[in-house]
Amino acid sequence: MTPAQKVQEQFAPEILEAHVFRGDEMITIRASALRAVAQFLKETPELDFNFLMDLTAVDYLFYAGGRIAKEWRFEVVYHFFSLKYNHRMRIKVALDEKNPEVDSLCDLWACANWYEREVWDMFGIRFKGHPNCKRILMYEAFQGHPLRKDYPVNKRQPLIGPQI
Amino acid sequence: MTETRSMLLNVGPSHPATHGVIRLIMELDGEKIKGVEVEIGYLHRAFEKMCETVMYTQCFPYTDRLNYVSPLINNVGFALSVEKLLGIDIPLRAKYIRVIMSEISRVTDHLTCIGATAMELGAMSVFLYMMQAREYLYELIEDVTGARLTVSYVRIGGVKADLTQGFADKAFGKIEQVRQVLIEVDDLLTRNRIFFDRMKDVGRISPEEAISYGITGPFLRSTGIAYDVRKASPYLIYDRLDFDVPTGTTGDNLDRYFVRMAEMEQSLRMVEQCLQQIPDGPIAGDLTGCIIPAAQMVDRGKMGQTQEFIEDEVTTDPTLQGSTRKYYGAINAMRKDVVLPAKEDTYGNIEGLMNHFKLVMYGHGLCPPAGEAYFPVEGANGELGFYIVSDGRDKPWRVRVRPPCFAIMAALPKCLIGGMMADLVPTFGSVNMIAGELDR
Repeated sequence: MTPAQKVQEQFAPEILEAHVFRGDEMITIRASALRAVAQFLKETPELDFNFLMDLTAVDYLFYAGGRIAKEWRFEVVYHFFSLKYNHRMRIKVALDEKNPEVDSLCDLWACANWYEREVWDMFGIRFKGHPNCKRILMYEAFQGHPLRKDYPVNKRQPLIGPQI
Repeated sequence: MTETRSMLLNVGPSHPATHGVIRLIMELDGEKIKGVEVEIGYLHRAFEKMCETVMYTQCFPYTDRLNYVSPLINNVGFALSVEKLLGIDIPLRAKYIRVIMSEISRVTDHLTCIGATAMELGAMSVFLYMMQAREYLYELIEDVTGARLTVSYVRIGGVKADLTQGFADKAFGKIEQVRQVLIEVDDLLTRNRIFFDRMKDVGRISPEEAISYGITGPFLRSTGIAYDVRKASPYLIYDRLDFDVPTGTTGDNLDRYFVRMAEMEQSLRMVEQCLQQIPDGPIAGDLTGCIIPAAQMVDRGKMGQTQEFIEDEVTTDPTLQGSTRKYYGAINAMRKDVVLPAKEDTYGNIEGLMNHFKLVMYGHGLCPPAGEAYFPVEGANGELGFYIVSDGRDKPWRVRVRPPCFAIMAALPKCLIGGMMADLVPTFGSVNMIAGELDR
């Protein structure tokens, strides 16, 4: 039984999508189930996902020029890795446009702190329970979230001197 | 009663011996560090946003500038992710070339890291020796790629050009020279009282903390965990090579120095093995046509005299890149929808020209199927992963790079708190922060 099948068995009602592409297992879940799934992945001895390798987000606004319909706008993507079993897994959390918010995983993995700050900075997705959720790559006075698809590539926001 | 208060000290933007622009806000109690806040983002260039605006092949120059000390590994990582998305395999020789170039880059990266750390602790001559050794390796890279730093050498489905003639002999010579430098540096540093005392038991991190912070690479291995992507999930031809994964025991700066030193030797060994194993490249015998200038070939093509092109070889020319057909098949995947045709075909026949156009024009280009792929490679600082989402069109929908030193920088306060102010410099040096990949 692969890790993805285990998660599917355990959390069947919370799963929106599950498939395998090029050998990568991935599961899309509801935002409310994230903490439970993450804890399950980390604490189940036969899964033992002790690494949160990567955490990022994808904005699916006008995905493929509107040709492929997506029910939700954002996906927060978690890449888990198990050192012991050497397996990987991708969990995606579907978030709608109106209230993009998901639970923070800072208390489970320390690296989530900075990754979540980056996702907040770049996509404007909030993390409930994050101790210090402020911008990380952009400056504090920056307007908007640059990796959203509705942020124009050529928009300029020069930072001129300190803001007094 | 005297009142004691802690002092706030701003370090940066940009001192810690200028590995990159960064700001540390430190809370000091005398010379002891009580708290650190790390502020990054000074080199943010919107790498991920820019990749969404260009075609897949055009992302390579951007990836060069991620970890600018070992750009070839970034190239390889990006190419492997796109190839995973496309589901293609590349010829064996191209795999070997990629590994050779990656390992040479890893050595240059470690040389820079150790050299700079030693210089900050006063060992200026070590730095110069190591830069000289790096120069030997840059000469090899320059021979093959034509550039030293911003190489853009790897292509999706292969590499730009084959190894140069006599590369193996030259490489064996350079490797020997680098080894001499490493022995000399080892003599200078390993039993050096000053260096040893400043590195030993400084900047410690426990294995559990390192895992929790998602740290990989030499930093994780110095704590005793032998995780290396090349061993755990071998890509390219790493499963054919014989190499060890050096580990430390305590996770302090000195262990990181030892791990990096040992890794350089392993990388040099890998390059030697690759050069011995690499399958033969261009077969000189079956292309015996006369050699003509490329411009003349174009003129003949315009007149429709294309019959004998299959036999011809073209000389290098400032405008055309010259003959590529003789090694084309050995280093490129045979996929017309992915790899540009050989130069002779582009200039010599209509099919090649159309193929070339289909790949370079906006809206056509290389279109992976809609989907997503994450491919990790072992970068010089740890696991370097590219997560690419495709929508089935010619531009990536999303390119995410997992920069290895992002996780390490997040853990920097852990290494510094409780130590002395002066320990900031060696610890920061051993982190090997590369602002290009940290801030993207």
